[in-house]
Amino acid sequence: MAKARGAIVVDVEGCKGCDLCVGACPTHVIELSRKVNSKGYHFAYMEHPDACIGCAHCAMVCPDSVITVYRWKPAPKPREATTA
Amino acid sequence: MSASHDSDTLLLEDIIRPENLVFEKTACLTDNTLSYCPGCGHGTAHRILMEVVEEMGIQGQTIGIAPVGCSVLAYDFMNVDMQQAAHGRAPAVATGIKRVMPEKYVFTYQGDGDLAAIGTAETIHACNRGENITIIFINNGIYGMTGGQMAPTTLAGMRTSTSPFGRDTEMMGHPLRITEMVATLPGVCFATRQAVHTPAAVRKAKKAIQTAFELQRQRKGLSLVEIVSNCNSGWKMMPRKANDWMEENMFPFYPLGDIKK
Repeated sequence: MAKARGAIVVDVEGCKGCDLCVGACPTHVIELSRKVNSKGYHFAYMEHPDACIGCAHCAMVCPDSVITVYRWKPAPKPREATTA
Repeated sequence: MSASHDSDTLLLEDIIRPENLVFEKTACLTDNTLSYCPGCGHGTAHRILMEVVEEMGIQGQTIGIAPVGCSVLAYDFMNVDMQQAAHGRAPAVATGIKRVMPEKYVFTYQGDGDLAAIGTAETIHACNRGENITIIFINNGIYGMTGGQMAPTTLAGMRTSTSPFGRDTEMMGHPLRITEMVATLPGVCFATRQAVHTPAAVRKAKKAIQTAFELQRQRKGLSLVEIVSNCNSGWKMMPRKANDWMEENMFPFYPLGDIKK
């Protein structure tokens, strides 16, 4: 069965590297980058993008609202294929 | 998104499309970068409050009062009409605004050093009068902005810059449970304690704020939503450690849940 896929977009300049999204992610997608933004913060990024399910837990706990979440859901199978 | 894609061959560009958007920053927050410390619960509290305002469609009818403390800068970030008040006097200012413009939604956004210390009288009397306002009370058990001094809500034994050996309750008194205290007053229609440290807690806290605004619309009386939050700079901990510490130490004394509904 095809699973839902997700992706996040982090506003790198607004991220303060607090690490809360890393702890909230149930599929361990997010890590803090070794690189820093212009303020010197290690910003969040998707280390394992394939594992993201778009649950938005990271965005829920992000104090700076820098995470935008997208979720792709597989189209439901035609009804006759399952009921026939 | 083409129909031929299955979930394993999907590229990021196929997922990051407007039709797949499930969460973005609310338009009721301004584009200013929040000045709070990394990991501070204030940012999340700001966001859920403004999400409620957006979802209820009351951006143009909402007036916020930000007093003194870290929360003083809220008017830079909340894209609604805001008024600053003298230290602790937000419920008094909110009373005036609400009485002049009863059709507006009026909320105060106060920290514990403001609401539970210098503003205790204003808070209790506004609650006792049953003013039709909503108080959002951020409780982190410390004076965050001024350098981590002991607040009335500081836990027994908790170290702060003015209680370096821990709060001695014999000399400094016991921490104050404001929400339980005001819940006994008949003017208060809703008193609840929430937190914003986990996704589930954030959703519950948002629901509580929604209820508070709804009760204000029905003119039921004063609603108070306490949000137990971290102050990682004041507590001198990393944000995630501060949240763990909060669960272990703050929640036993400040249990979450509705106290009056």
